Amino acid sequence: MHDRLVIAGREFQSRLWVGTGKYKDFAETKKAIDASGADVVTVAVRRVNITDRSKENLLDYLDPKKYIILPNTAGCYTVEDAVRYARLGRAAGVSDLVKLEVIGDEKTLFPDTAGLIEAAKILIKEGFIVLPYTNDDPIVAKKLVDIGCPAVMPLAAPIGSGLGIRNPYNLKIIMETVKVPIIVDAGVGTASDAALAMEYGADAVLMNTAIAGAQDPLAMAEAMKYAVWAGRLAYKAGRIPRKLYATASSPIEGML
Amino acid sequence: MTIHVNGESRGIGDGQTVAGLLQELDIRTDRVAVEVNLEILDRKDFEIRGLREGDRVEILSFIGGGAN
Repeated sequence: MHDRLVIAGREFQSRLWVGTGKYKDFAETKKAIDASGADVVTVAVRRVNITDRSKENLLDYLDPKKYIILPNTAGCYTVEDAVRYARLGRAAGVSDLVKLEVIGDEKTLFPDTAGLIEAAKILIKEGFIVLPYTNDDPIVAKKLVDIGCPAVMPLAAPIGSGLGIRNPYNLKIIMETVKVPIIVDAGVGTASDAALAMEYGADAVLMNTAIAGAQDPLAMAEAMKYAVWAGRLAYKAGRIPRKLYATASSPIEGML
Repeated sequence: MTIHVNGESRGIGDGQTVAGLLQELDIRTDRVAVEVNLEILDRKDFEIRGLREGDRVEILSFIGGGAN
């Protein structure tokens, strides 16, 4: 299928991107990711446990040669912290990719979009490929693209909320306003949410809790894979217009 | 001499390098970022960067996480 997602010259196999948090253990993480078919996995950057070295490393399970490791700046509430964690992620990894988050509030985990733009500017100047986690705000999305973000990642709903797409109209406006790939990030609850995001024209969907928090994460990972495919295919196929009244599918001609 | 590694005090030998410290801690160098006194080091400098009394060393790596 020659329907590859390309961001900043990099080609991505899968339009479903996944987080690696909240799983029971690394083995389950790996199985769920494989079931999802995702080739981009986002990871957080944290202190190494130096007292208990028996703890395994996530990368023992996720071979960076097989998966695109996308460090994020999760947990950062200031521009300074986000920039610092982005730099640490680059130093720990192998690429200039960063999923940039500047969180504005603990309760909603909504992005601090002013801080996001500021941090993005700094990192882009340093050669980072900044994929910003942003609000479903078309103006902010445009600003992020104007300063050099090669994709934007608007939320569907608050992180981990499972509420699905709260503002489809804003997402559609973002898709029409910016000419870079849109990755709907956060808030997906189940497969139909992911399919809907893709049907609206999203280029990819990123999720974590919807899979990791499901009663059967492996089954949900697979469901999400098909949902993203189905949504993408439907988008490309072009849906029929909505009409108030019926239109018969069988011809009248030839009836008795 | 004493340095601080990930917030904890630790005694190390004089002239110890960052690479030596990582080896002592049994940490693979290819998967971590190291910050010494807020300066992020290039991986190729681990071997030559000597540690000094009171240095604040942070060793970070990737963990499972989606967002927040």
